[in-house]
Amino acid sequence: MLTFAAPKDMNLKVLQFLYDEESLSFRFMTDLQAVHYPDRIGEELCVVYHLHNLRDNVRIRFKVYTDVQAPDVFSTTALFAAANFMERETYDFFGVNFVGHPNLIRVLNVDEMDYFPLRKEFPLEDQTRVDKDDEMFGR
Amino acid sequence: MPIMSEDILLPEGAGEKQTTTLNLGPTHPATHGVFQNILELDGERILKATSTVGYIHRAFEKIAERRPLYQITPLTDRLNYCSSPINNMGWHLTCEKLLGVQTPKRVDYLRVIIMELARIADHLICNSIVGVDSGAYSGFLYLMQYRELIYEIYEEVCGSRLTTNIGRIGGFERNFTNTAFEKLEKFLKEYPEQLNEFEKLFKRNRIFMERTIGCGPISAERALNYGFTGPNLRAAGIDYDVRVHTPYSSYQDFEFSIPVGTTGDCYDRFLVRQQEMWQSLSIITQAYKKVQEFKGQEAEVYHADTPAYYLPEKKDVYTKMEALIWHFKIIMGETAIPPGEVYHAVEGANGELGFYLISDGGRTPYRLHFRRPCFIYYQAFPELVEGGLLSDAIITMSSLNLIAGELDA
Repeated sequence: MLTFAAPKDMNLKVLQFLYDEESLSFRFMTDLQAVHYPDRIGEELCVVYHLHNLRDNVRIRFKVYTDVQAPDVFSTTALFAAANFMERETYDFFGVNFVGHPNLIRVLNVDEMDYFPLRKEFPLEDQTRVDKDDEMFGR
Repeated sequence: MPIMSEDILLPEGAGEKQTTTLNLGPTHPATHGVFQNILELDGERILKATSTVGYIHRAFEKIAERRPLYQITPLTDRLNYCSSPINNMGWHLTCEKLLGVQTPKRVDYLRVIIMELARIADHLICNSIVGVDSGAYSGFLYLMQYRELIYEIYEEVCGSRLTTNIGRIGGFERNFTNTAFEKLEKFLKEYPEQLNEFEKLFKRNRIFMERTIGCGPISAERALNYGFTGPNLRAAGIDYDVRVHTPYSSYQDFEFSIPVGTTGDCYDRFLVRQQEMWQSLSIITQAYKKVQEFKGQEAEVYHADTPAYYLPEKKDVYTKMEALIWHFKIIMGETAIPPGEVYHAVEGANGELGFYLISDGGRTPYRLHFRRPCFIYYQAFPELVEGGLLSDAIITMSSLNLIAGELDA
């Protein structure tokens, strides 16, 4: 699958061009999510768009990198209604702040949560830990 | 002296128009799953709907970051649990795409049989539940026993029924037994008649038609913009099917058509699913015929030759050194996954079920994302029901085939 990246301020322009240009017409947003690369300083978070041209049956992957300190990326909800929940999910798990989203609140996690759980700094629980009183679940 | 209306003292604001706020869900029996909808009602008419999801979120994407590939299969079971084999196969196919594993044709055909059975099981539930919600309970009772036959086939192949964990990377855990094929034949023989009867009960039923035509419609353009896939998109008139657009598991070897609707309302969704069941039956028949053509040694093939990912037979583990090593490495999850990035989609019962897998060369995925069709089309729900009646919202919800497990991941 063709994969390319663009500066994050350009994401809306790129997506709009891919949508409008008759020979491209990527008008179906298949998927939107993020990946956290803690080692890439200055571009820790990567927002990945999967687009699909249904007429010619071509899929592309488009990436935008952003700093984790200022994770502001323009929202694509005006272009794709499908992006609404997917951007909320990405915000929920990675803390990407989608500028211009009509209702950017958590979607799957509880509202009171104050961290972004899919970032790499939150490891899963150590499976060998013994200090936990978990007799209810028989561990 | 007659009482004048001015004399009656009403509380302030009582004469103004009032709306009711109704909490539909999260444990309402009519929502068939853990969904919450806060509805603003004017009488019975819905003015505004706000949906809340996430009640059974289980953080599969995070859990998967610690598991070797074969341990992720049981997580995919729990996405759309009405058709878990499709999820399992989708996951195996994703892994095979990343690892570059070529599966033998017989495995592909066996997979197609199982996936299409799963599609029938899923559509059968959805359509009969639409019947239940519109007041026709008996259709559900007729069809439900045939899901039992499908589950018996799963049971014969993999040992479990609902959360199947069926298959392995590269193929199946064991060859299909004769009993499995006998059960399949029984199903192929008995089901069409029953499905026909079910269809007769609903298709031209005046009550059912009046109840579902024009209920929760969506235009093709809006459906595309909302990221609809699967039967719900096809009911709106767009013939997008992953099985045809990007064939996987040798779907290109089969003859079938994609049913499409026009208005995208509940009735069209019902008809599209109904027609898809017939198509699935035809695919299964073709696949079964192709499977029967394998003779002798070829009929014994049920997995690809990938020792690094496919568990060796138990008797070899006890007698052969190499098999023992592979067994240990696989079970302990010590096989490194080649670095790469793949997106693979299969036509799930609800639409395009995608797996986006990133590996950095470690033993577990660096990141795994599930594209869950339910999650994406559920956001259109307020638009579908606003302006309609409360009872229409219930039918719309069940005809979209919302599965909470898939929605929340």
